[in-house]
Amino acid sequence: MTLDVRAAQRFPSGFAVDVMLACDLRGGSMLVLFGPSGAGKTTILRQIAGLERPDRGSIRFGDDVWFDSARGAWCPPQGRRLGVVFQQPTLFPHLSVLDNIRYGGVRHVSDTVMPLVADIAARPTKQLSGGEAQRVSLARALARGPQLLLLDEPFASVDTPTRSRLRRDLRSLLQQLETPAILVTHDRTEAMAMGDLVAVVIDGRIRQVGAVADVFSHPADAAVAASLGVESVLPARVTAASQGLLTVAIGAAALHVAEREPIAVGAHVYACIRAEDVTLETAQDAGHASVRNHLGGTIVSIASEGPIDRVTLDCGFALDALITRRSRDELQLVPGSRVTAAIKATSVHLVPLG
Amino acid sequence: MDWTALWLSVRLATATTVVLLAIGIPMAYWIVFSPRRWKFVIEAIVALPLVLPPTVLGFYVLIAIGPLSPVGRAYARIAGHGLPFTFEGLLLASVLYSMPFAVQPFSTEFASVDRRLLEASWTLGVSRLETFRRIVLPLSIRGIVSGVVLSFAHTLGEFGVVLMVGGNLPGVTRTVSISIYDSVQSLDYGAASQTSLLLLIVSFLILASTYGLQRSVWVKPR
Repeated sequence: MTLDVRAAQRFPSGFAVDVMLACDLRGGSMLVLFGPSGAGKTTILRQIAGLERPDRGSIRFGDDVWFDSARGAWCPPQGRRLGVVFQQPTLFPHLSVLDNIRYGGVRHVSDTVMPLVADIAARPTKQLSGGEAQRVSLARALARGPQLLLLDEPFASVDTPTRSRLRRDLRSLLQQLETPAILVTHDRTEAMAMGDLVAVVIDGRIRQVGAVADVFSHPADAAVAASLGVESVLPARVTAASQGLLTVAIGAAALHVAEREPIAVGAHVYACIRAEDVTLETAQDAGHASVRNHLGGTIVSIASEGPIDRVTLDCGFALDALITRRSRDELQLVPGSRVTAAIKATSVHLVPLG
Repeated sequence: MDWTALWLSVRLATATTVVLLAIGIPMAYWIVFSPRRWKFVIEAIVALPLVLPPTVLGFYVLIAIGPLSPVGRAYARIAGHGLPFTFEGLLLASVLYSMPFAVQPFSTEFASVDRRLLEASWTLGVSRLETFRRIVLPLSIRGIVSGVVLSFAHTLGEFGVVLMVGGNLPGVTRTVSISIYDSVQSLDYGAASQTSLLLLIVSFLILASTYGLQRSVWVKPR
Protein backbone atom coordinates (compact mmCIF):
# COMPACT_ATOMS: atom_id res chain seq x y z
CA MET A 1 0.00 0.00 0.00
CA THR A 2 1.32 3.43 -0.88
CA LEU A 3 1.23 6.16 1.69
CA ASP A 4 1.37 9.60 0.16
CA VAL A 5 1.38 12.64 2.45
CA ARG A 6 1.75 16.22 1.26
CA ALA A 7 0.50 18.30 4.12
CA ALA A 8 1.22 21.79 5.36
CA GLN A 9 -0.17 23.01 8.64
CA ARG A 10 0.59 26.06 10.78
CA PHE A 11 -0.40 26.22 14.45
CA PRO A 12 -1.32 29.34 16.47
CA SER A 13 1.93 28.87 18.43
CA GLY A 14 3.88 29.50 15.19
CA PHE A 15 4.97 25.87 14.87
CA ALA A 16 4.53 24.59 11.34
CA VAL A 17 4.93 21.33 9.50
CA ASP A 18 5.35 20.91 5.76
CA VAL A 19 5.39 17.21 4.99
CA MET A 20 6.29 15.46 1.74
CA LEU A 21 6.33 11.72 2.24
CA ALA A 22 5.70 8.96 -0.25
CA CYS A 23 6.55 5.38 0.53
CA ASP A 24 5.40 1.86 -0.07
CA LEU A 25 4.23 0.10 3.09
CA ARG A 26 3.94 -3.62 2.53
CA GLY A 27 2.08 -5.90 4.90
CA GLY A 28 4.05 -6.29 8.13
CA SER A 29 6.60 -3.62 7.32
CA MET A 30 7.26 -0.64 9.53
CA LEU A 31 8.07 2.99 8.74
CA VAL A 32 9.82 4.86 11.54
CA LEU A 33 9.38 8.62 11.88
CA PHE A 34 12.65 9.51 13.56
CA GLY A 35 13.83 12.88 14.79
CA PRO A 36 14.54 15.03 17.82
CA SER A 37 11.79 16.02 20.27
CA GLY A 38 9.63 18.84 18.96
CA ALA A 39 10.49 18.13 15.32
CA GLY A 40 6.85 17.46 14.42
CA LYS A 41 6.78 13.65 14.32
CA THR A 42 3.64 13.39 16.45
CA THR A 43 1.91 16.09 14.40
CA ILE A 44 2.56 14.14 11.20
CA LEU A 45 1.19 10.98 12.81
CA ARG A 46 -1.91 12.88 13.98
CA GLN A 47 -2.46 14.18 10.45
CA ILE A 48 -2.34 10.64 9.13
CA ALA A 49 -4.73 9.55 11.91
CA GLY A 50 -7.18 12.34 11.06
CA LEU A 51 -6.82 13.98 14.46
CA GLU A 52 -5.26 17.06 12.85
CA ARG A 53 -6.58 18.57 9.66
CA PRO A 54 -3.79 20.13 7.56
CA ASP A 55 -4.31 23.62 6.11
CA ARG A 56 -3.60 22.37 2.62
CA GLY A 57 -2.26 19.37 0.73
CA SER A 58 -3.42 15.78 0.49
CA ILE A 59 -3.14 12.48 2.34
CA ARG A 60 -3.73 9.20 0.53
CA PHE A 61 -3.32 5.60 1.57
CA GLY A 62 -3.67 3.00 -1.18
CA ASP A 63 -6.84 3.93 -3.05
CA ASP A 64 -8.31 5.93 -0.16
CA VAL A 65 -8.20 9.72 -0.22
CA TRP A 66 -8.21 10.81 3.42
CA PHE A 67 -7.64 14.49 2.80
CA ASP A 68 -7.40 16.68 -0.25
CA SER A 69 -7.68 20.42 0.21
CA ALA A 70 -8.00 21.01 -3.55
CA ARG A 71 -11.17 18.86 -3.71
CA GLY A 72 -12.35 19.64 -0.21
CA ALA A 73 -12.10 15.94 0.66
CA TRP A 74 -11.90 14.99 4.32
CA CYS A 75 -12.26 11.59 5.95
CA PRO A 76 -12.62 11.74 9.76
CA PRO A 77 -10.58 9.32 11.91
CA GLN A 78 -13.63 7.07 12.26
CA GLY A 79 -13.56 6.30 8.52
CA ARG A 80 -9.86 5.56 8.13
CA ARG A 81 -9.83 2.04 9.64
CA LEU A 82 -6.68 2.66 11.66
CA GLY A 83 -5.24 1.44 14.91
CA VAL A 84 -3.60 4.12 17.03
CA VAL A 85 -1.50 3.63 20.16
CA PHE A 86 -0.69 6.88 21.92
CA GLN A 87 2.33 7.76 24.03
CA GLN A 88 0.32 7.53 27.26
CA PRO A 89 -2.15 4.67 27.80
CA THR A 90 -5.68 5.74 26.85
CA LEU A 91 -7.71 2.88 28.29
CA PHE A 92 -11.31 3.69 29.17
CA PRO A 93 -11.16 3.46 32.97
CA HIS A 94 -14.83 2.50 33.46
CA LEU A 95 -14.61 -0.51 31.12
CA SER A 96 -12.97 -3.88 31.75
CA VAL A 97 -9.86 -4.93 29.83
CA LEU A 98 -11.93 -7.06 27.47
CA ASP A 99 -14.57 -4.37 26.97
CA ASN A 100 -11.78 -1.96 26.10
CA ILE A 101 -10.49 -4.35 23.45
CA ARG A 102 -13.98 -4.96 22.05
CA TYR A 103 -14.90 -1.25 22.23
CA GLY A 104 -14.76 -0.52 18.50
CA GLY A 105 -17.50 -3.05 17.66
CA VAL A 106 -15.32 -6.16 17.89
CA ARG A 107 -17.38 -9.29 18.60
CA HIS A 108 -14.63 -11.86 18.74
CA VAL A 109 -11.03 -11.10 19.74
CA SER A 110 -8.81 -13.12 17.39
CA ASP A 111 -6.40 -15.79 18.61
CA THR A 112 -3.52 -13.71 17.26
CA VAL A 113 -4.29 -10.69 19.41
CA MET A 114 -5.58 -12.42 22.54
CA PRO A 115 -2.20 -13.83 23.75
CA LEU A 116 -0.99 -10.24 24.09
CA VAL A 117 -3.31 -9.73 27.08
CA ALA A 118 -4.18 -13.27 28.18
CA ASP A 119 -2.45 -12.87 31.55
CA ILE A 120 -4.09 -9.52 32.41
CA ALA A 121 -7.52 -9.85 30.81
CA ALA A 122 -9.23 -10.41 34.15
CA ARG A 123 -7.52 -7.55 36.01
CA PRO A 124 -9.30 -4.25 36.77
CA THR A 125 -8.33 -1.68 34.15
CA LYS A 126 -7.34 0.97 36.70
CA GLN A 127 -4.80 -1.33 38.39
CA LEU A 128 -2.70 -2.09 35.29
CA SER A 129 0.91 -0.87 35.17
CA GLY A 130 2.04 1.40 32.33
CA GLY A 131 3.44 -1.49 30.29
CA GLU A 132 0.38 -3.66 30.83
CA ALA A 133 -1.93 -0.81 29.87
CA GLN A 134 0.04 -0.27 26.65
CA ARG A 135 -0.33 -3.99 25.84
CA VAL A 136 -4.09 -3.59 26.18
CA SER A 137 -3.99 -0.40 24.06
CA LEU A 138 -2.08 -2.32 21.40
CA ALA A 139 -4.54 -5.25 21.51
CA ARG A 140 -7.44 -2.77 21.27
CA ALA A 141 -5.86 -1.06 18.25
CA LEU A 142 -5.23 -4.38 16.49
CA ALA A 143 -8.52 -6.10 17.40
CA ARG A 144 -10.47 -4.29 14.68
CA GLY A 145 -8.05 -5.47 11.98
CA PRO A 146 -6.81 -1.99 10.98
CA GLN A 147 -5.34 -1.44 7.53
CA LEU A 148 -2.56 0.66 9.15
CA LEU A 149 -1.24 0.82 12.70
CA LEU A 150 0.04 4.14 14.07
CA LEU A 151 2.32 4.12 17.13
CA ASP A 152 3.33 7.35 18.88
CA GLU A 153 6.32 6.44 21.09
CA PRO A 154 4.14 3.74 22.65
CA PHE A 155 6.89 2.37 24.87
CA ALA A 156 8.26 5.68 26.17
CA SER A 157 6.70 5.32 29.61
CA VAL A 158 7.66 1.66 30.01
CA ASP A 159 10.69 0.20 31.80
CA THR A 160 13.52 -1.21 29.68
CA PRO A 161 13.00 -5.01 30.00
CA THR A 162 9.28 -4.63 29.33
CA ARG A 163 10.06 -2.37 26.39
CA SER A 164 12.22 -4.95 24.62
CA ARG A 165 9.59 -7.63 25.24
CA LEU A 166 6.87 -5.37 23.84
CA ARG A 167 8.97 -4.60 20.77
CA ARG A 168 9.48 -8.29 20.04
CA ASP A 169 5.79 -9.09 20.56
CA LEU A 170 4.72 -6.20 18.36
CA ARG A 171 7.10 -7.06 15.56
CA SER A 172 6.03 -10.70 15.32
CA LEU A 173 2.33 -9.77 15.65
CA LEU A 174 2.50 -7.27 12.80
CA GLN A 175 4.21 -9.85 10.62
CA GLN A 176 1.57 -12.47 11.44
CA LEU A 177 -1.26 -10.03 10.78
CA GLU A 178 0.53 -8.50 7.76
CA THR A 179 -0.40 -5.05 9.04
CA PRO A 180 1.84 -2.15 8.00
CA ALA A 181 2.75 0.30 10.74
CA ILE A 182 4.21 3.74 11.36
CA LEU A 183 6.22 4.26 14.54
CA VAL A 184 7.22 7.63 15.96
CA THR A 185 10.39 7.58 18.06
CA HIS A 186 13.38 9.73 19.02
CA ASP A 187 15.30 6.66 20.24
CA ARG A 188 17.80 5.54 17.59
CA THR A 189 18.07 2.02 19.00
CA GLU A 190 14.29 1.68 18.73
CA ALA A 191 14.36 3.11 15.20
CA MET A 192 16.96 0.53 14.14
CA ALA A 193 15.41 -2.36 15.99
CA MET A 194 11.86 -1.78 14.70
CA GLY A 195 12.13 -0.02 11.36
CA ASP A 196 12.29 -1.31 7.83
CA LEU A 197 12.08 2.21 6.48
CA VAL A 198 13.04 5.36 8.31
CA ALA A 199 11.97 8.94 7.62
CA VAL A 200 14.06 11.59 9.35
CA VAL A 201 11.97 14.53 10.61
CA ILE A 202 13.70 17.83 11.40
CA ASP A 203 11.92 21.18 11.97
CA GLY A 204 8.58 19.97 10.64
CA ARG A 205 9.96 18.57 7.41
CA ILE A 206 10.93 15.12 6.23
CA ARG A 207 14.58 15.35 5.29
CA GLN A 208 15.35 11.79 4.20
CA VAL A 209 13.47 8.54 3.64
CA GLY A 210 15.00 5.14 3.03
CA ALA A 211 15.96 1.73 4.36
CA VAL A 212 17.23 1.92 7.94
CA ALA A 213 20.81 0.80 7.17
CA ASP A 214 21.05 3.21 4.21
CA VAL A 215 19.77 6.25 6.05
CA PHE A 216 21.88 5.67 9.16
CA SER A 217 25.03 4.96 7.14
CA HIS A 218 24.51 7.64 4.50
CA PRO A 219 22.73 10.67 5.92
CA ALA A 220 21.70 13.05 3.15
CA ASP A 221 23.06 16.21 4.75
CA ALA A 222 24.76 17.56 7.86
CA ALA A 223 21.50 18.18 9.78
CA VAL A 224 20.33 14.62 9.22
CA ALA A 225 23.77 13.31 10.15
CA ALA A 226 23.75 15.34 13.37
CA SER A 227 20.32 13.99 14.39
CA LEU A 228 21.25 10.40 13.59
CA GLY A 229 24.83 10.31 14.87
CA VAL A 230 27.22 9.34 12.07
CA GLU A 231 28.12 5.68 11.98
CA SER A 232 28.40 2.84 9.57
CA VAL A 233 25.32 0.69 10.18
CA LEU A 234 25.85 -2.79 8.82
CA PRO A 235 23.33 -5.64 8.68
CA ALA A 236 25.00 -8.63 10.35
CA ARG A 237 24.36 -11.99 11.99
CA VAL A 238 25.82 -13.40 15.21
CA THR A 239 27.65 -16.64 14.35
CA ALA A 240 29.44 -17.57 17.59
CA ALA A 241 29.81 -16.55 21.20
CA SER A 242 32.55 -17.39 23.67
CA GLN A 243 33.98 -15.76 26.80
CA GLY A 244 32.19 -12.48 26.36
CA LEU A 245 33.22 -12.18 22.74
CA LEU A 246 30.71 -12.47 19.90
CA THR A 247 31.58 -13.22 16.32
CA VAL A 248 29.35 -11.52 13.78
CA ALA A 249 29.31 -12.10 10.05
CA ILE A 250 28.97 -9.08 7.79
CA GLY A 251 28.71 -10.57 4.32
CA ALA A 252 31.87 -12.66 3.95
CA ALA A 253 33.80 -10.75 6.61
CA ALA A 254 33.76 -11.53 10.33
CA LEU A 255 34.15 -9.18 13.29
CA HIS A 256 34.80 -9.83 16.97
CA VAL A 257 32.55 -7.80 19.22
CA ALA A 258 32.55 -7.42 22.99
CA GLU A 259 29.27 -8.75 24.36
CA ARG A 260 27.50 -5.97 26.28
CA GLU A 261 24.11 -7.62 26.53
CA PRO A 262 23.29 -11.25 25.86
CA ILE A 263 22.47 -11.84 22.20
CA ALA A 264 21.67 -15.33 20.93
CA VAL A 265 23.81 -16.99 18.30
CA GLY A 266 21.98 -16.77 14.99
CA ALA A 267 20.34 -13.42 15.83
CA HIS A 268 20.15 -10.73 13.16
CA VAL A 269 21.69 -7.46 14.28
CA TYR A 270 22.96 -4.12 13.05
CA ALA A 271 26.67 -3.65 13.72
CA CYS A 272 27.30 0.08 14.29
CA ILE A 273 30.81 1.44 13.91
CA ARG A 274 31.76 5.10 14.35
CA ALA A 275 34.17 6.37 11.72
CA GLU A 276 36.46 7.86 14.41
CA ASP A 277 36.88 4.37 15.93
CA VAL A 278 38.32 2.89 12.75
CA THR A 279 42.13 2.96 12.48
CA LEU A 280 43.85 2.51 9.13
CA GLU A 281 47.13 0.63 8.68
CA THR A 282 49.03 -0.07 5.54
CA ALA A 283 49.61 -3.76 4.84
CA GLN A 284 53.23 -3.79 6.03
CA ASP A 285 52.89 -2.47 9.56
CA ALA A 286 50.04 -4.65 10.88
CA GLY A 287 51.47 -5.06 14.37
CA HIS A 288 50.65 -6.94 17.52
CA ALA A 289 48.27 -4.68 19.39
CA SER A 290 45.17 -5.31 21.49
CA VAL A 291 42.93 -4.54 18.53
CA ARG A 292 40.80 -7.60 17.78
CA ASN A 293 39.68 -6.85 14.26
CA HIS A 294 41.80 -6.38 11.18
CA LEU A 295 39.94 -6.12 7.91
CA GLY A 296 41.64 -5.88 4.57
CA GLY A 297 40.09 -3.44 2.11
CA THR A 298 40.49 -1.01 -0.74
CA ILE A 299 39.99 2.75 -0.49
CA VAL A 300 37.00 3.81 -2.55
CA SER A 301 37.06 7.54 -1.91
CA ILE A 302 38.56 10.21 0.33
CA ALA A 303 36.53 13.26 1.25
CA SER A 304 37.96 16.21 3.11
CA GLU A 305 36.08 17.44 6.20
CA GLY A 306 38.34 20.31 7.29
CA PRO A 307 41.55 19.01 8.89
CA ILE A 308 40.00 15.53 8.98
CA ASP A 309 39.57 13.22 6.01
CA ARG A 310 36.75 10.74 5.65
CA VAL A 311 38.02 7.61 3.98
CA THR A 312 35.48 5.18 2.60
CA LEU A 313 36.68 1.60 2.29
CA ASP A 314 35.38 -1.48 0.60
CA CYS A 315 36.06 -4.41 2.96
CA GLY A 316 33.36 -6.57 1.45
CA PHE A 317 31.01 -3.94 2.88
CA ALA A 318 31.28 -0.15 3.01
CA LEU A 319 33.12 1.22 6.03
CA ASP A 320 34.04 4.82 6.86
CA ALA A 321 37.18 5.88 8.74
CA LEU A 322 38.13 9.36 9.95
CA ILE A 323 41.86 10.14 9.86
CA THR A 324 43.92 13.31 10.04
CA ARG A 325 45.34 14.93 6.92
CA ARG A 326 48.81 14.20 8.32
CA SER A 327 48.20 10.46 8.68
CA ARG A 328 46.89 10.37 5.16
CA ASP A 329 50.06 12.00 3.88
CA GLU A 330 52.33 9.75 5.94
CA LEU A 331 50.53 6.59 4.82
CA GLN A 332 50.29 7.95 1.25
CA LEU A 333 46.64 6.98 0.99
CA VAL A 334 44.87 7.46 -2.32
CA PRO A 335 41.73 5.87 -3.78
CA GLY A 336 42.65 2.34 -4.80
CA SER A 337 45.25 1.81 -1.99
CA ARG A 338 45.11 -1.49 -0.14
CA VAL A 339 44.83 -0.92 3.63
CA THR A 340 43.89 -2.76 6.80
CA ALA A 341 41.14 -1.34 8.97
CA ALA A 342 41.62 -2.00 12.68
CA ILE A 343 38.57 -1.89 14.95
CA LYS A 344 38.56 -2.67 18.66
CA ALA A 345 35.99 -5.23 19.73
CA THR A 346 34.62 -2.69 22.23
CA SER A 347 34.03 -0.09 19.48
CA VAL A 348 31.40 -2.13 17.69
CA HIS A 349 27.84 -1.67 18.97
CA LEU A 350 25.26 -4.28 18.16
CA VAL A 351 21.55 -3.50 17.88
CA PRO A 352 19.41 -6.64 17.77
CA LEU A 353 16.52 -6.50 15.29
CA GLY A 354 12.95 -6.60 16.59
CA MET B 1 -47.74 22.88 58.45
CA ASP B 2 -48.75 23.69 54.89
CA TRP B 3 -48.52 20.21 53.32
CA THR B 4 -50.16 21.41 50.10
CA ALA B 5 -47.42 23.98 49.57
CA LEU B 6 -44.70 21.45 50.39
CA TRP B 7 -46.13 18.93 47.91
CA LEU B 8 -46.35 21.63 45.24
CA SER B 9 -42.70 22.59 45.82
CA VAL B 10 -41.57 18.96 45.54
CA ARG B 11 -43.54 18.54 42.29
CA LEU B 12 -42.11 21.76 40.88
CA ALA B 13 -38.53 20.85 41.86
CA THR B 14 -38.87 17.36 40.37
CA ALA B 15 -40.31 18.65 37.10
CA THR B 16 -37.66 21.36 36.87
CA THR B 17 -34.88 18.83 37.46
CA VAL B 18 -36.22 16.47 34.79
CA VAL B 19 -36.43 19.30 32.25
CA LEU B 20 -32.95 20.52 33.15
CA LEU B 21 -31.55 17.02 32.78
CA ALA B 22 -33.09 16.81 29.31
CA ILE B 23 -31.91 20.21 28.04
CA GLY B 24 -28.89 20.79 30.31
CA ILE B 25 -26.85 17.83 29.02
CA PRO B 26 -27.05 18.88 25.34
CA MET B 27 -26.34 22.49 26.35
CA ALA B 28 -23.30 21.51 28.41
CA TYR B 29 -22.12 19.26 25.55
CA TRP B 30 -22.38 22.18 23.14
CA ILE B 31 -20.59 24.56 25.52
CA VAL B 32 -17.70 22.15 26.06
CA PHE B 33 -17.24 20.65 22.60
CA SER B 34 -18.37 23.35 20.17
CA PRO B 35 -15.52 25.04 18.29
CA ARG B 36 -17.58 28.30 18.11
CA ARG B 37 -15.68 31.23 19.51
CA TRP B 38 -18.76 33.13 20.68
CA LYS B 39 -19.91 30.32 22.95
CA PHE B 40 -18.80 32.38 25.96
CA VAL B 41 -21.89 34.53 25.30
CA ILE B 42 -24.14 31.51 25.85
CA GLU B 43 -22.15 30.54 28.94
CA ALA B 44 -22.68 34.04 30.36
CA ILE B 45 -26.42 33.94 29.64
CA VAL B 46 -26.75 30.55 31.34
CA ALA B 47 -24.88 31.88 34.38
CA LEU B 48 -26.95 35.11 34.66
CA PRO B 49 -29.41 33.81 37.31
CA LEU B 50 -26.42 33.38 39.65
CA VAL B 51 -26.01 37.14 39.96
CA LEU B 52 -29.35 38.59 38.87
CA PRO B 53 -31.91 39.39 41.60
CA PRO B 54 -34.68 36.76 41.28
CA THR B 55 -37.25 39.55 41.05
CA VAL B 56 -35.54 40.89 37.92
CA LEU B 57 -35.53 37.47 36.29
CA GLY B 58 -39.13 36.94 37.39
CA PHE B 59 -40.16 40.30 36.02
CA TYR B 60 -38.75 39.58 32.56
CA VAL B 61 -40.26 36.10 32.49
CA LEU B 62 -43.63 37.58 33.49
CA ILE B 63 -43.42 40.13 30.66
CA ALA B 64 -42.24 37.48 28.20
CA ILE B 65 -45.12 35.09 28.89
CA GLY B 66 -47.77 37.73 29.58
CA PRO B 67 -50.66 38.61 27.21
CA LEU B 68 -48.67 41.52 25.80
CA SER B 69 -45.92 39.31 24.31
CA PRO B 70 -46.28 37.21 21.13
CA VAL B 71 -45.07 34.12 23.03
CA GLY B 72 -47.67 34.58 25.74
CA ARG B 73 -50.47 35.15 23.19
CA ALA B 74 -49.42 32.11 21.13
CA TYR B 75 -49.41 29.92 24.23
CA ALA B 76 -52.79 31.25 25.32
CA ARG B 77 -54.25 30.45 21.89
CA ILE B 78 -52.99 26.86 21.99
CA ALA B 79 -53.55 26.06 25.67
CA GLY B 80 -56.71 28.10 26.20
CA HIS B 81 -55.23 30.00 29.15
CA GLY B 82 -52.19 32.22 29.79
CA LEU B 83 -48.92 31.11 31.36
CA PRO B 84 -48.65 33.60 34.26
CA PHE B 85 -49.95 32.35 37.60
CA THR B 86 -50.01 28.70 36.46
CA PHE B 87 -47.82 25.70 37.31
CA GLU B 88 -46.42 25.65 33.74
CA GLY B 89 -45.40 29.29 33.96
CA LEU B 90 -43.73 28.56 37.28
CA LEU B 91 -41.94 25.58 35.74
CA LEU B 92 -40.59 27.71 32.88
CA ALA B 93 -39.30 30.35 35.30
CA SER B 94 -37.75 27.69 37.57
CA VAL B 95 -35.95 26.06 34.67
CA LEU B 96 -34.34 29.38 33.72
CA TYR B 97 -33.62 30.24 37.34
CA SER B 98 -31.93 26.89 38.16
CA MET B 99 -30.20 26.39 34.81
CA PRO B 100 -26.64 27.32 35.96
CA PHE B 101 -26.97 24.87 38.83
CA ALA B 102 -27.38 22.05 36.31
CA VAL B 103 -25.37 23.19 33.29
CA GLN B 104 -22.25 24.29 35.16
CA PRO B 105 -21.61 21.02 37.05
CA PHE B 106 -22.35 19.08 33.83
CA SER B 107 -19.97 21.11 31.67
CA THR B 108 -17.20 21.20 34.29
CA GLU B 109 -17.28 17.42 34.48
CA PHE B 110 -17.50 16.93 30.68
CA ALA B 111 -14.49 19.21 30.22
CA SER B 112 -12.47 17.26 32.79
CA VAL B 113 -12.67 14.01 30.81
CA ASP B 114 -9.25 13.36 29.26
CA ARG B 115 -9.43 14.47 25.64
CA ARG B 116 -7.06 11.69 24.60
CA LEU B 117 -9.74 9.15 25.57
CA LEU B 118 -12.09 10.80 23.08
CA GLU B 119 -9.45 10.73 20.34
CA ALA B 120 -8.76 7.07 21.09
CA SER B 121 -12.47 6.36 20.75
CA TRP B 122 -12.71 8.21 17.40
CA THR B 123 -9.76 6.28 15.98
CA LEU B 124 -11.58 3.08 17.00
CA GLY B 125 -14.34 4.06 14.58
CA VAL B 126 -16.84 5.36 17.12
CA SER B 127 -18.71 8.57 16.21
CA ARG B 128 -18.49 11.74 18.30
CA LEU B 129 -22.03 11.40 19.64
CA GLU B 130 -21.54 7.70 20.47
CA THR B 131 -18.23 8.58 22.14
CA PHE B 132 -20.07 11.13 24.27
CA ARG B 133 -22.64 8.53 25.31
CA ARG B 134 -20.17 5.70 25.97
CA ILE B 135 -17.18 7.59 27.41
CA VAL B 136 -18.02 11.14 28.50
CA LEU B 137 -21.38 10.46 30.17
CA PRO B 138 -20.27 7.46 32.28
CA LEU B 139 -17.12 9.29 33.38
CA SER B 140 -19.18 12.39 34.28
CA ILE B 141 -21.73 10.65 36.45
CA ARG B 142 -20.73 12.58 39.58
CA GLY B 143 -21.11 15.96 37.90
CA ILE B 144 -24.51 14.91 36.61
CA VAL B 145 -25.62 13.80 40.07
CA SER B 146 -24.39 17.10 41.58
CA GLY B 147 -26.23 19.08 38.90
CA VAL B 148 -29.45 17.17 39.51
CA VAL B 149 -29.27 17.53 43.29
CA LEU B 150 -28.32 21.19 43.20
CA SER B 151 -31.04 22.20 40.76
CA PHE B 152 -33.62 20.26 42.81
CA ALA B 153 -32.53 21.94 46.05
CA HIS B 154 -32.31 25.35 44.43
CA THR B 155 -35.83 25.10 42.99
CA LEU B 156 -37.18 23.89 46.33
CA GLY B 157 -35.99 27.11 47.96
CA GLU B 158 -36.87 29.69 45.32
CA PHE B 159 -38.96 32.65 46.33
CA GLY B 160 -38.62 35.85 44.32
CA VAL B 161 -39.13 34.33 40.90
CA VAL B 162 -42.16 32.37 42.09
CA LEU B 163 -43.73 35.42 43.62
CA MET B 164 -43.32 37.44 40.42
CA VAL B 165 -44.47 34.78 37.96
CA GLY B 166 -46.78 32.58 40.00
CA GLY B 167 -48.26 34.78 42.65
CA ASN B 168 -49.79 33.05 45.61
CA LEU B 169 -52.54 30.63 44.59
CA PRO B 170 -52.91 27.73 47.08
CA GLY B 171 -52.22 24.38 45.41
CA VAL B 172 -51.27 26.01 42.13
CA THR B 173 -48.41 28.42 42.73
CA ARG B 174 -48.08 28.79 46.49
CA THR B 175 -44.76 27.05 47.09
CA VAL B 176 -43.31 26.26 50.48
CA SER B 177 -41.19 29.42 50.71
CA ILE B 178 -44.20 31.62 49.97
CA SER B 179 -46.21 29.71 52.53
CA ILE B 180 -43.56 30.53 55.15
CA TYR B 181 -43.66 34.20 54.15
CA ASP B 182 -47.47 34.17 54.49
CA SER B 183 -47.28 32.58 57.93
CA VAL B 184 -44.88 35.24 59.17
CA GLN B 185 -47.03 38.01 57.66
CA SER B 186 -50.02 36.70 59.61
CA LEU B 187 -47.85 36.34 62.75
CA ASP B 188 -48.27 32.53 62.74
CA TYR B 189 -44.69 31.91 63.96
CA GLY B 190 -45.45 28.29 64.93
CA ALA B 191 -46.29 27.20 61.37
CA ALA B 192 -43.44 29.28 59.96
CA SER B 193 -40.85 27.69 62.24
CA GLN B 194 -42.08 24.13 61.57
CA THR B 195 -41.92 24.56 57.78
CA SER B 196 -38.61 26.45 57.95
CA LEU B 197 -37.03 23.72 60.04
CA LEU B 198 -38.21 21.05 57.60
CA LEU B 199 -36.80 22.98 54.64
CA LEU B 200 -33.53 23.52 56.51
CA ILE B 201 -33.15 19.82 57.28
CA VAL B 202 -34.05 18.71 53.74
CA SER B 203 -31.64 21.24 52.17
CA PHE B 204 -28.85 20.24 54.53
CA LEU B 205 -29.33 16.52 53.80
CA ILE B 206 -29.31 17.13 50.06
CA LEU B 207 -26.15 19.23 50.14
CA ALA B 208 -24.38 16.94 52.60
CA SER B 209 -25.03 13.94 50.37
CA THR B 210 -23.76 15.85 47.31
CA TYR B 211 -20.53 16.92 48.95
CA GLY B 212 -20.11 13.45 50.43
CA LEU B 213 -20.51 12.00 46.95
CA GLN B 214 -17.84 14.32 45.56
CA ARG B 215 -15.45 13.38 48.36
CA SER B 216 -15.92 9.72 47.46
CA VAL B 217 -17.32 8.74 50.83
CA TRP B 218 -19.62 6.20 49.21
CA VAL B 219 -18.37 5.90 45.67
CA LYS B 220 -15.10 4.05 45.09
CA PRO B 221 -12.38 6.37 43.79
CA ARG B 222 -11.67 6.17 40.11
